[in-house]
Amino acid sequence: MRRTGPFMLRLLLIAVVLGLWEAGVYFFKIRMFILPPPSQVFLALYRGFAEDLYPGHIIVTLWETILGFLLGTILAFVLGTLVALSRRVEYFLYPFILMFQAMPKVALAPLIIIWFGLGLTSKVINAALVAFFPLMVNTILGLRSAEEDRINLMRSLDASKWQIFWMLRLPNAMPYIFAGLEIAMIFALIGAIVAEFIGAEKGLGMLIQTMNINVDVAGQFSILLILSAIGLVLNGLVALARRRFVFWDAAGQAATATQTEGNKP
Amino acid sequence: MDQATGLQSPDVTGPAIAVSELSLIYGTRPTGVLALDRISFDISDGAFVAIVGPSGCGKSTLLKILAGLLPATSGQAKLRGTAITGPRRDIGVVFQSPVLFPWRDVLSNVMLPADVQRLDKSEMRNRALDLVKLVGLTGFEKRYPRELSGGMQQRVGIIRALIHDPALLLMDEPFGALDAMTRETMNVELQRIWMERKKTVLFITHSTSEAVFLADRVIAMTPRPGRVADAFDVDLPRPRPLEVMNTEAFGAYVKRVRVALKSDGGLD
Ligand SMILES: Nc1ncnc2c1ncn2[C@@H]1O[C@H](COP(=O)(O)OP(=O)(O)O)[C@@H](O)[C@H]1O
Ligand SMILES: [Mg+2]
Repeated sequence: MRRTGPFMLRLLLIAVVLGLWEAGVYFFKIRMFILPPPSQVFLALYRGFAEDLYPGHIIVTLWETILGFLLGTILAFVLGTLVALSRRVEYFLYPFILMFQAMPKVALAPLIIIWFGLGLTSKVINAALVAFFPLMVNTILGLRSAEEDRINLMRSLDASKWQIFWMLRLPNAMPYIFAGLEIAMIFALIGAIVAEFIGAEKGLGMLIQTMNINVDVAGQFSILLILSAIGLVLNGLVALARRRFVFWDAAGQAATATQTEGNKP
Repeated sequence: MDQATGLQSPDVTGPAIAVSELSLIYGTRPTGVLALDRISFDISDGAFVAIVGPSGCGKSTLLKILAGLLPATSGQAKLRGTAITGPRRDIGVVFQSPVLFPWRDVLSNVMLPADVQRLDKSEMRNRALDLVKLVGLTGFEKRYPRELSGGMQQRVGIIRALIHDPALLLMDEPFGALDAMTRETMNVELQRIWMERKKTVLFITHSTSEAVFLADRVIAMTPRPGRVADAFDVDLPRPRPLEVMNTEAFGAYVKRVRVALKSDGGLD
């Protein structure tokens, strides 16, 4: 009951902003190719679906994002685990990690297009590359964050290294891992779109490029809306999984501490 | 870790624990900290022994050596005739904080040692339920640690250390983080558990009254370097009610600990 009030206010605020935008565009006679009014954006959105133009591109971009996310995060989890558990692996991989972490990964996209072509592969690889680091960093942090007392407890019970990993380090790392997955999901989408900008046959990023050339600004806005919706849904799915698997860390305390840890797309 | 099963062949003639000339240096010789300086004492089977001393006198260090978590620099500690050289399955440890795993509910936290040591599931479950009942937590088996008060969490920590039926229970300031009222309740409760289960207990504390209240024998330690300053038996009838703290005999024991620790400035 008490929540419906603020919720209605929220909707009202959105309506007011859209209304002001619409009125502003007409009042100041802003031209369509600079800033279209929201009504035109929604019209473009409607047409895109009515003419069956958007769904194909959406599916391509979604597919690239999800495959890239899976590839990147699986590799990141495996490598992160190796680094976290072995000082030697860490010692030898550290220079590479440092170099790649400082580098804006999206700057590699043109090269990746040259190496892997205009099709799906290059997009998946680019998305994976961008999604990789946030999860690897968080996996390492999480696996190393087990409190000394907890490790001592396990050791005092005569637990093997393997048991300490399965029964302590891994569950302890879950909040960090899920925080990493949430970032990785959004990053994968960024990676896929950027790769499509550089060169693609299909996909929402390519569609934005085409519309840009055709000065279809309302169309571009409609794609932005779609991308934002895709981002919300994908992120929501990971958040849903987190609430299931990391139910004990309801406030996400461990996770929030790591969100800003040197991650750049 | 074959000696872990040393529990089956107890050395009935000797003491349960024999600590002789135990020293520990943190770091390397010239700059290292001498945390324990030739500590010796025995604990007889089934006894409740308290080690009392100010912070930094090496109590936790001693406990870590006995738990097999830290190798001694020299000297040795024996449990039922076999030297302690690493973690052993016949020892249970209770730490200052309850150290519960937040992803396990009460019952599976209690079962942790049984899971690690792959003991019979259904038998251990029944034992766990018994122990939960022993500390009055029946009804909380499926609750998660964050839903429990500090005192309840520490109760779980204690019964977890009992689930695999260890020969020795090591406790490192287990009630140090609790408020004074809860602490007294827990002391009475621990005495009751000990009287029912008859384990050999080594209880570490920096509270003189807690040591005298709980123990059959009190060992007072002084810091820098950690040494045994005094050791004596506490001859008060059990079960001891909290009111025993107001008696003259109790006061005399507490005074004796204070005197032993006085040379180094005494306690907080
Ligand atoms: N890991 C360590 N490295 C170096 N010095 C330590 C370490 N742990 C403890 N010490 C030192 O050893 C002494 C005894 O510590 P500790 O056993 O924790 O004392 P207590 O438990 O009685 O407070 C202290 O002076 C402490 O600073
Ligand atoms: Mg201590």
